[in-house]
Amino acid sequence: MSQRLPLRLARDATFRVVATLSAGVALLLLAWILWTLVSRGASSLSTALLVTDTLPPGRGGGLRNAIIGSLIQVGMAVIIATPIGVLAGIFLAELGDRSLLGRVVRFINDVLLSAPSILIGLFVYQILVRPFGGFSGIAGAIALGIIILPVVVRATEDMLRLVPPALREAAFALGAPHWHVVANVTLRGARAGIVTGILLAIARAAGETAPLLFTSLGSLNWSVDLTKPMSSLPVTIYQYAGSPFDEWVGIAWAGALLITLGVLCLNIVSRLLLTLGRGK
Amino acid sequence: MSDVAVGTLSSAPVSRHRGFARGEQASDVIFRGVLYAAGILVLTLLGLIIILLFHGGLPVLYAFGIDFFTSSAWNPVTEKYGAVVAVYGTIITAVIAVVVAVPAAFGISFFLTEVAPPVLRRSIGTAIQLLAAIPSIIFGMWGFFVVVPLMATYVQPALASTLGVVPVIGTLFSGAPIGTGILTAGLIMALMILPFITALFVEVLESVPPMFKEAAYGVGATTSEVFTAVSIPYGRTAIVGAVMLGLGRALGETMAVTFVIGNANRISASLFSPGASIASTIANEFPEAAPGSLKLFALLELGFLLFVLSFIVLAVARFLVRSRLET
Amino acid sequence: MNDISTTGLIAAERKVNVDAVDDGIKILVENLDFFYSGKQALFDINMAFPEKRVTAMIGPSGCGKSTFLRVINRMFDLYPGQKATGRVMMDNQNIVEPQVRAAVVRSRIGMVFQKPTPFPMSIHDNIAYGIKLNERVSRAEINERIEWALTKAALWGEVKDRLHTSAIGLSGGQQQRLCIARTIAVKPEVVLLDEPTSALDPISTAKIEELINELRSEFTIIIVTHNMQQAARVSDKAAFFLLGRLVEFDQTARIFTNPREKSTQDYITGRFG
Repeated sequence: MSQRLPLRLARDATFRVVATLSAGVALLLLAWILWTLVSRGASSLSTALLVTDTLPPGRGGGLRNAIIGSLIQVGMAVIIATPIGVLAGIFLAELGDRSLLGRVVRFINDVLLSAPSILIGLFVYQILVRPFGGFSGIAGAIALGIIILPVVVRATEDMLRLVPPALREAAFALGAPHWHVVANVTLRGARAGIVTGILLAIARAAGETAPLLFTSLGSLNWSVDLTKPMSSLPVTIYQYAGSPFDEWVGIAWAGALLITLGVLCLNIVSRLLLTLGRGK
Repeated sequence: MSDVAVGTLSSAPVSRHRGFARGEQASDVIFRGVLYAAGILVLTLLGLIIILLFHGGLPVLYAFGIDFFTSSAWNPVTEKYGAVVAVYGTIITAVIAVVVAVPAAFGISFFLTEVAPPVLRRSIGTAIQLLAAIPSIIFGMWGFFVVVPLMATYVQPALASTLGVVPVIGTLFSGAPIGTGILTAGLIMALMILPFITALFVEVLESVPPMFKEAAYGVGATTSEVFTAVSIPYGRTAIVGAVMLGLGRALGETMAVTFVIGNANRISASLFSPGASIASTIANEFPEAAPGSLKLFALLELGFLLFVLSFIVLAVARFLVRSRLET
Repeated sequence: MNDISTTGLIAAERKVNVDAVDDGIKILVENLDFFYSGKQALFDINMAFPEKRVTAMIGPSGCGKSTFLRVINRMFDLYPGQKATGRVMMDNQNIVEPQVRAAVVRSRIGMVFQKPTPFPMSIHDNIAYGIKLNERVSRAEINERIEWALTKAALWGEVKDRLHTSAIGLSGGQQQRLCIARTIAVKPEVVLLDEPTSALDPISTAKIEELINELRSEFTIIIVTHNMQQAARVSDKAAFFLLGRLVEFDQTARIFTNPREKSTQDYITGRFG
């Protein structure tokens, strides 16, 4: 045993070094990506970018319509998905253990949580775009809504289950009806966690490109008409990045920087919110 | 037992209460109804996704039958379509991603749970999680503009002159170093699923009861020995599940792959060569697929195939992850 | 044997209604059986809880005393697979019948839990919550009732200046008294206490016991406790449970000085449990 000890200690040290290095490499790669975005995107970043619409190559232009389009579609997605998602999450937490329906919904929801987002796009294309004659902002919003939905369902259920059972029972013990217990006690206890879940879902939806290719398509013009094709930041970045024009590629980098900053900020804020909510 | 006090029920004290109501409160009946409706709505929606994706691809099945799954053709001119190239590209890139990401995830989760000083754990953990938050298209741009040139100039020539001359696996690392291709797509995806798998690993490892670890330390095991002999075996079901979840994500990854895979309808023994995945084929070809065309149906059928693939992987993963974390 | 004399002394010293014979009955339990996930947890319980008295339920862990408490206010309804048969009569109504609305039962039979359960809201709102559920009352009346309940729970002096701060900031003992105030603010007729002091320090425990003494004149109180001396100090009658059965039910002084059953004696002298 004792002559093997130095060998074992050396192996342990190697393990630690390799582990530290792998974490270091991951952080470096993160820094590298961020640095790439800043170094290539910052130069094209200007107020003009925010107040000008996309224009044909050679005429400058900005991303105003894309940014507004993204905000509209993501905003509508949240408005559509959050109520349904929270209710379905409550259903799973409160009634999900009693019925087969609960188990099936939980299973399907879990699978959809990680399902390829491009399929959601194809689905909405099939159910909305093809039958109703064309790409539209509302189709994009619904596709993003379906992406947000399982995240909200899962977050709501998980957070409700973290509320101590004694708290629920205490509310019931006062003679409260079921809906009242949920609305005023358990949801209140789970609020910070659910909001965090919704913010993370927004962050995810804001960066989604694939589902929008088949739904809102993208548009080079200013349009807030939900029944027409609508521009969005990710799709514009995709189109510009793949274009042969340096100017467009530059705008794509600026857009990429914007969207990444937005998404990372949302992530950090939501994590802080959760920490604060738990610290109470 | 015999001592139960005998007495008369007291005449009800002067009470504000109106006695006992019977039956369920209407508000609760409505509440439950709304919750069930939400559950059924979610189920219907998600069920519809499966049905419609299948339905959408039916015309292609009528046209080509089983040949669709065995043919490697993709020719819009002759209207011949097959799924083999895309399926091959999807699986091979996902496998590369998992093979690269899993060892790294073990290393990082060991670092985060055992090595890092407690004050740094949270912030480093969060930073690595931020990697998972970066949109797929950003990985695609970074991959295409930054990684691809590096692959072409440095990595692929280096691999070709080392691993490339080894018999048997040599063919994997041979061919023109053009940067884009299966290998690059797999590597970029590895980076994308790494934080996701790491987070799940950390969650599993933190659920190992300290008692087990202390018992191993008690007999003189080193930290890494406890990790490999106690923690990993303890959570192995969930760890396998976490890897499957990562694989599931990689199968359906679209934008990043579309940027770097090269989008060529071909299967080559070399990992350097360009290829296509199901998701990248759909994203690329869709704009040129006219409504009602056989090509569109072929893409929808590919979508259904991707759904089946990832559904199987995700369903197994969920079963493994939940079975451990919930007990 | 030492134990029996001290706890017996405590009970005897109090001399409270030890021999009262004219107690009205608030709750009458007849042939009560209780099952969860197919297993039987309570066997043929028969007993009568005297009105405006404190009844203590004692027994080793897992003997069914807490389960019994949760049957009385229908808390078991919340969990599928739990079922009670037999009768728990209150005002000539069998309150464990599924058709009887549990929420009404619970508003008339309040409950305080082992660990404090303040809701994540202000002290004021915690107490107002239960009042508003059961009655339509004006804001002024609510405030009045809150003051009354907090005073009864001996907490008013400590919190009157911070009624609108979060209840989570109170100490454990204060939280438990808040929960008692919240329960009595609904004006139930019966108050169930499930080991209300097991999570508290001795000083807070003493305060809660004092409080129980205060409340006995207005409420029928049923307390589950692991603490023999506490049972002796606060209760008028005591019931000893073992393995889901009621072994003995008598005046507290009698249970602690001269129990009929050998198992009761073994338990209160600390031979098991």
